[in-house]
Amino acid sequence: MKLIGNALSCERNGRVVFSGLSFAVGAGEYAELRGPNGSGKSSLLRLLAGLVPAMAGTVSAEPAGDLTLPQLSHYIGHHDALKNVMTVRENIRFWAQMLGGGEPAEALHPFKMERLADDPVQLLSAGQRRRLSLSRLLAAGRPVWLLDEPMTALDVESQATLSGIVDKHLAGGGIVLAAIHGEGLRRPDHIITLKGAA
Amino acid sequence: MSGFGSLLWRDLVLMFRQGGSLGAAVSFMLAFVVMIPLAIGPDQATLSRLAPGLMWLALLLAVLLTTERMFQQDHEDGSLDLLATGRLPLELVCLAKAAAHWLSVSLPLSVVAAPVGILLNLDTPRILPVMLAMVTGSLALSLLASVAGAVTAGLRRGGLVVPLLVLPLYVPVLIFGIAASTGDMNPSGATPALLVLMAIALVSLVIQPWAAAAALRAYFR
Repeated sequence: MKLIGNALSCERNGRVVFSGLSFAVGAGEYAELRGPNGSGKSSLLRLLAGLVPAMAGTVSAEPAGDLTLPQLSHYIGHHDALKNVMTVRENIRFWAQMLGGGEPAEALHPFKMERLADDPVQLLSAGQRRRLSLSRLLAAGRPVWLLDEPMTALDVESQATLSGIVDKHLAGGGIVLAAIHGEGLRRPDHIITLKGAA
Repeated sequence: MSGFGSLLWRDLVLMFRQGGSLGAAVSFMLAFVVMIPLAIGPDQATLSRLAPGLMWLALLLAVLLTTERMFQQDHEDGSLDLLATGRLPLELVCLAKAAAHWLSVSLPLSVVAAPVGILLNLDTPRILPVMLAMVTGSLALSLLASVAGAVTAGLRRGGLVVPLLVLPLYVPVLIFGIAASTGDMNPSGATPALLVLMAIALVSLVIQPWAAAAALRAYFR
């Protein structure tokens, strides 16, 4: 599988965020999005997830299958889509059913969320919420991971865990795009640089 | 279809655990009804004549009160983004959410409303026809409200816009709801009005998924 962006432009509120952006990320490859705040890293990830339209250009997954790119990808953004009054297990099970894929019980394992499985999410710390939201990557079981600053609020151990599951996902033929400040998840195969407002 | 069931169940669980919606709506209805004799006087014959209409108004307004939150929370916490990329088509997402709203708010409200009408001297033999008409109409109330909920999902203070969007759509439900509630006073009986009410509910059922999903897609622009 290959993810191809061709001459992409994106406009938010009448302002061009980026234009003429092309890239190709193949199976098992990790691409890093680099650029200052407001340069359009989140917009690009949301565009790939089908949540923002492209003003010009195309994105495609090759070879084309039954599923669209948004249905092949899982986007982890700043909003964690977790419900406070539901438990960790209920949240992850719900999203596993809606997004379709992995075994919810196993998804909790890498980030050591099992111990917290029956606690309501409102009791979790920011880092624990982030770990739960990253656990959803495994529950969703989708080939393309779109990570928007995934390291936010994670402790050192969890950062290593994240790098670990990313390595494993790539080894299984997955694709990972991550918007990153500072140290990356691993050595990137591609770097997509966004210049920022012109 | 498992996604439809999961979403419906999740919304019911949320509604139950977060509390508020149904309780607030029922309290509002009670407060509204208690105020009426103060506003139009305690004459029992007048109250009894006006009771079905006033209870319908109380039901409409109480349902409106709960509409704003329908999609707003999911929009704010990012759930809507994920639901939009999920397996379940957005149309069915909207239908599941409307179904949850109906089961957790409109249906209980419409069952409670007619007995509450006793406070307005609603004739006891009329309670059942009013309840039957309200239960039939309540499905349309939830479906139409969910379209407005979807339109205002991302708006701050969307609650102020919801009544403007929904009340015009509620006019046919109200007209035939009243006709079905007081049908025994007409020569043709309550059945024709009740059938029209069912037709309105079914038409809403067909239109709602597309209308609400189209409104939500406008947020992904």
